[in-house]
Amino acid sequence: MVKRKKITVGVTGLNNIDSPGPGIPVIRSLKESKIYEVRIIGLSYESLEPGLYMHELVDYSYQIPLPGAGVESLMQRLAYINSVEKLDVIIPNFDAELHNFIKAEKQILDAFGIKMFLPTLEQFDARQKSVLYNFGKENGIKVPFSKMIFSAAEISKLQHEFTYPMVVKGKFYDASIAYTSDQVTSYFHKISAKWGLPVIIQQFVSGQEVNVTAIGDGNGNCIGAVPMRKLYITDKGKAWAGVATDDAELIESAKKVIKALKWKGGNELEFIRNNDGEYFLLEINPRFPAWVYLATGCGQNHPEALVSLALGDKVKPFNEYIPGKMFVRYSYDMIVDLKEYEKISTIGEL
Amino acid sequence: MKKNIALSDTGFLFNPSTGDSYSTNPIGLDIIRELKEGSSPKEVLKFIMEKYEVEESRIEKDLGDFIDMLKSFQLMDNNG
Repeated sequence: MVKRKKITVGVTGLNNIDSPGPGIPVIRSLKESKIYEVRIIGLSYESLEPGLYMHELVDYSYQIPLPGAGVESLMQRLAYINSVEKLDVIIPNFDAELHNFIKAEKQILDAFGIKMFLPTLEQFDARQKSVLYNFGKENGIKVPFSKMIFSAAEISKLQHEFTYPMVVKGKFYDASIAYTSDQVTSYFHKISAKWGLPVIIQQFVSGQEVNVTAIGDGNGNCIGAVPMRKLYITDKGKAWAGVATDDAELIESAKKVIKALKWKGGNELEFIRNNDGEYFLLEINPRFPAWVYLATGCGQNHPEALVSLALGDKVKPFNEYIPGKMFVRYSYDMIVDLKEYEKISTIGEL
Repeated sequence: MKKNIALSDTGFLFNPSTGDSYSTNPIGLDIIRELKEGSSPKEVLKFIMEKYEVEESRIEKDLGDFIDMLKSFQLMDNNG
């Protein structure tokens, strides 16, 4: 048996709730690594993120400042955490924190020697919902027509460019299907109040949603890609069960996106397959999805590959996986001693 | 019938391209097995008539409907 390399990895996204973060699936994948023996340091924003209390997966945890506090306070906190833990790699798993981590990537490497494998700011911005249509147009990837709107006054003009139904989307999160202009107006106000402006209007494409978890090496190569069809969807649109599918055309589409962006790091590509079998790219999420453990279950351990890429270790692209593997999510009530909650709430460590 | 369709002895079908799954009864299982082995609808008809001792007139329309259903579920190749 090959001796595994001991490493320490900091992971965020420990909110394993009904709209789960990718942290726990990433950690499970890393714990199953055949290359690395991984000590996991959980990095949390709140005291009730379930991962904090999963001691069989998370070896020790620290609270970190909310993204809004900026890079400087993140650096200060990481200085302390690293003085104790000597982190080798950090895997950020939240969309909202990525901007800070990308901005501070070099600083974190220079100051602490901690490696990450993140998209560049240009890549991060190129896949924003607001510019995705243009990205698709430039690179021969089908994306439903979309445009940004900044005020409710623009809604009356939408009927010249779109047909109903249309999708009203927040710039970071949230999407609702509107069948009338009254509904567009109502969703516009709701979504802009929560996520700010612009709001994105996208032409609705009817079909079957399929997602791909993928990883790019930053040079245009796709290191791995596993497609998944949602079998059970929660009221938040999250997959509660899904199955890995085998669709060469979809994998090719994913590779095309990664090549066009020279994507660096993990991502989730959301496609819709219309009734004519054409794939439309709906979204690119700039981090692993919460169902990334399915890829590990199918034979492609993407989080392990990401760590190898971050550490500069050799990575062989995955050429195959086992389609037909399913995941079925469940919730589980952990019984937690109040002292643990007290510890993370007061001293910010557990 | 698409070659990559997985079929179990219990009549459970999985289409790995779309992620759809179905279950069928024993006679459906026989039909799909035959189609998967490359038999034409006519050959399947003959096989079912012999195995189940039924008249052609009784089975022909049902078999046609069943194959149409397989097509609508995208389980058949373009060439059948």
